[in-house]
Amino acid sequence: MTGKPYVREVPRFGWFFRQPRYMRYMAREVTCIFIGAYAVVLLVALKRLSEGRQAYEAFLQALTSPASVIFHLVVLAFALYHTTSWFNVTPKAMPIQAGEDFLPGWVIVGAHYAAWLLVSVALLVLAGAF
Amino acid sequence: MAKSNKPVIWGLFAAGGTVTAFVTPALVLLTLLPAAGVMPELLAYDNLRAFAGHWLGKAAVFAVIFLSLWHAAHRLRVTLHDFGVRADLLVAIVVYLAAAAGSLAAAYYLLRL
Repeated sequence: MTGKPYVREVPRFGWFFRQPRYMRYMAREVTCIFIGAYAVVLLVALKRLSEGRQAYEAFLQALTSPASVIFHLVVLAFALYHTTSWFNVTPKAMPIQAGEDFLPGWVIVGAHYAAWLLVSVALLVLAGAF
Repeated sequence: MAKSNKPVIWGLFAAGGTVTAFVTPALVLLTLLPAAGVMPELLAYDNLRAFAGHWLGKAAVFAVIFLSLWHAAHRLRVTLHDFGVRADLLVAIVVYLAAAAGSLAAAYYLLRL
């Protein structure tokens, strides 16, 4: 081979600021921090529950603090971004063949959104939130 | 063919991504409601204790916590690489160990109920 091969420079950090699509990719990736943080909240709830009524009721009380409300709202925003970005790629992650053709993407995505709505409402109703 | 642990790691990541996509927003709403003055019945001590006391409830709680932690750990490993951290082996050990420790703790608390 003659000449120097072209190597496109990619900075180690901050490369995702270059393009909106890279930013959307990174937004999707950082949702994991909030999914993980909420799993820790569930773990703490479980710990308090195992410690008895008093410990658990103190935890419930802590849920009403302003810091907890802000935390929940931020987690909710990222959780919703995780859900929509996860469902929107399902036709690519698991294409379904029907005869000669593939099932249109919107059918697969739509089925996920419908199931999500059903699961969410069922969960809130069964938990006695209404 | 060479054996690879990739299918297991990625399979659990995908399972966690799917489970959290379906249930996390509703769960967050559930624990946000007390701040708005609405107490979901399930969150009352006796009810939650009864729920987590049943083996099916235990399995559901463990599955959600374990898969959430695993999903977050694996994606965090990739995300740290994207942020310029190149010590992948160290990152992998730390994030997977943290997910494993959290899952073990969840199992311990559930078995104490």
